[in-house]
Amino acid sequence: MAYSEKVIDHYSNPKNVGTLDKASKNVGTGLVGAPECGDVMRLQIEVDETTGVIKDAKFKTFGCGSAIASSSLATEWLKGKSVDEAIAIDNMDIVEELNLPPVKIHCSVLAEDAIKAAINDYRSKNGLDQLVFEEKGVH
Amino acid sequence: MLKLPIYLDNNATTPMDPRVLETMLPYFTQHFGNAASRNHPFGWQAEEAVDYAREQVAKLIGADPKEIIFTSGATEGDNLGIKGVFEMYASKGNHIITATTEHKAVLDTCKHIEKLGGEVTYLEVKANGLIDLQELEAAIKPTTILISIMYANNEIGVIQPIQEITAIAKKHGILFFTDATQAVGKIPVDVNKDGIDLMTFTGHKMYGPKGIGALYVRRKNPRVKVTAQMDGGGHERGMRSGTLNVPGIVGFGKACELCRLEMEADTKRISVLRDKLETELMKLEEAYINGTTEARLPHVTNISFKHVEGEGLLMGFNKNIALSSGSACTSASLEPSYVLKALGLGDDLAHSSLRFGLSRFTTEEEVDYTIKAISETVLKLRDMSPLWEMYKEGIDLNSIEWAHH
Repeated sequence: MAYSEKVIDHYSNPKNVGTLDKASKNVGTGLVGAPECGDVMRLQIEVDETTGVIKDAKFKTFGCGSAIASSSLATEWLKGKSVDEAIAIDNMDIVEELNLPPVKIHCSVLAEDAIKAAINDYRSKNGLDQLVFEEKGVH
Repeated sequence: MLKLPIYLDNNATTPMDPRVLETMLPYFTQHFGNAASRNHPFGWQAEEAVDYAREQVAKLIGADPKEIIFTSGATEGDNLGIKGVFEMYASKGNHIITATTEHKAVLDTCKHIEKLGGEVTYLEVKANGLIDLQELEAAIKPTTILISIMYANNEIGVIQPIQEITAIAKKHGILFFTDATQAVGKIPVDVNKDGIDLMTFTGHKMYGPKGIGALYVRRKNPRVKVTAQMDGGGHERGMRSGTLNVPGIVGFGKACELCRLEMEADTKRISVLRDKLETELMKLEEAYINGTTEARLPHVTNISFKHVEGEGLLMGFNKNIALSSGSACTSASLEPSYVLKALGLGDDLAHSSLRFGLSRFTTEEEVDYTIKAISETVLKLRDMSPLWEMYKEGIDLNSIEWAHH
């Protein structure tokens, strides 16, 4: 299977690889997937307390090139968005941007799940309710 | 000069040796006759060429030329050997013993036989990839008619204890079939010394053409017969009808002859390269060789690089190096390798494996390039892997509740 140029580019030059301090109150961490399934994503957001804007985002991913590219792209999109805007990121946007083939759609779903898990982690640290999301059920 | 891409997927198929191609060429346009045409020189010439190739093939495995049935390849040989025995010996019993790490051509054939009312025992393998001989003997029933165990495994290269297995089969009067696709041409295989009754192998895994293989069927002690699975002109002693693929057979014969003459020298050179590749890659942390290294094909190694996913790893260099992975993402089924899982490897390690198959044409330069490219990619991806970070922090990955999907 050939990869799209955008997937190759994110794989070769991934944006925002790294780790934020998960103990910090304004950092939300989402860890999704499972090693047995062949992909695990950890996505972190750092939120500016006063503005509510995501000022930094980092990821680490164990998985195929499409999984790495999906998480790299997600962090790019997250930076500068408000938390509310970030919730609206849809996996199909990632599919479209990266030209993912049908067998790789689950990579984009995983990235969306990671975003939502990070947001919920941030919310729970700050005494906010957990958001309930609809299951995509693509995996 | 190093030429890219490098081909290290020789368990999938080998390039054809140019000497094989040269031998085949006249049989496409010049000597194109049907080997079954008994009444004119075109037919005689084709028949002569087939007879000669049959001798070359037989000689490689220590068989009599009459014991060679030409097929389209190893999959057909698996089908004909196993289904053919099942039908031919139906009055003796309906039980077959095989192993879980066999090639799909054997496993799916056995599944088919189960649907026809046959009974199949699938032996588990030990962590080293080999079957347990006591378990094999314990699985034998009065109705057992066939034991089918592969000679060497296509994913991890481990060589089963064939002589011990056939001794057990003989003791109980059971026929022994082996899928020797990966072994023939690479290591010495002798049907008499090894006690083999039926054996399938193919041209394209030993520098010969695709679409041509052979089923060895023993003619003496005991005389074995298989029921044909394809009806027609009664070619190949009635066991495999169909006009003979003369150019393919000629090429297959030449490939067998080259393997017989050059195996020793090839093995010596290739195993040094394989060992270098393996030793250097094993210098990476958390790298594991899959399957025993004690009884293994000289040109194969299968290594898992923990906390790095196989397809992601391949992507780092697959423009320049052709390799296979046991990762689910690289398979059509989206399941990680059932062979690696049968060794007791967790899915995570199965996802992290690479299979290397070297060949007669592999050079030291190619191996050096591969070592460097893979080592760099593993390190790069580990820097990106959350699992690697957790492992380095001393977190037990089994203690985490993963969201399985």
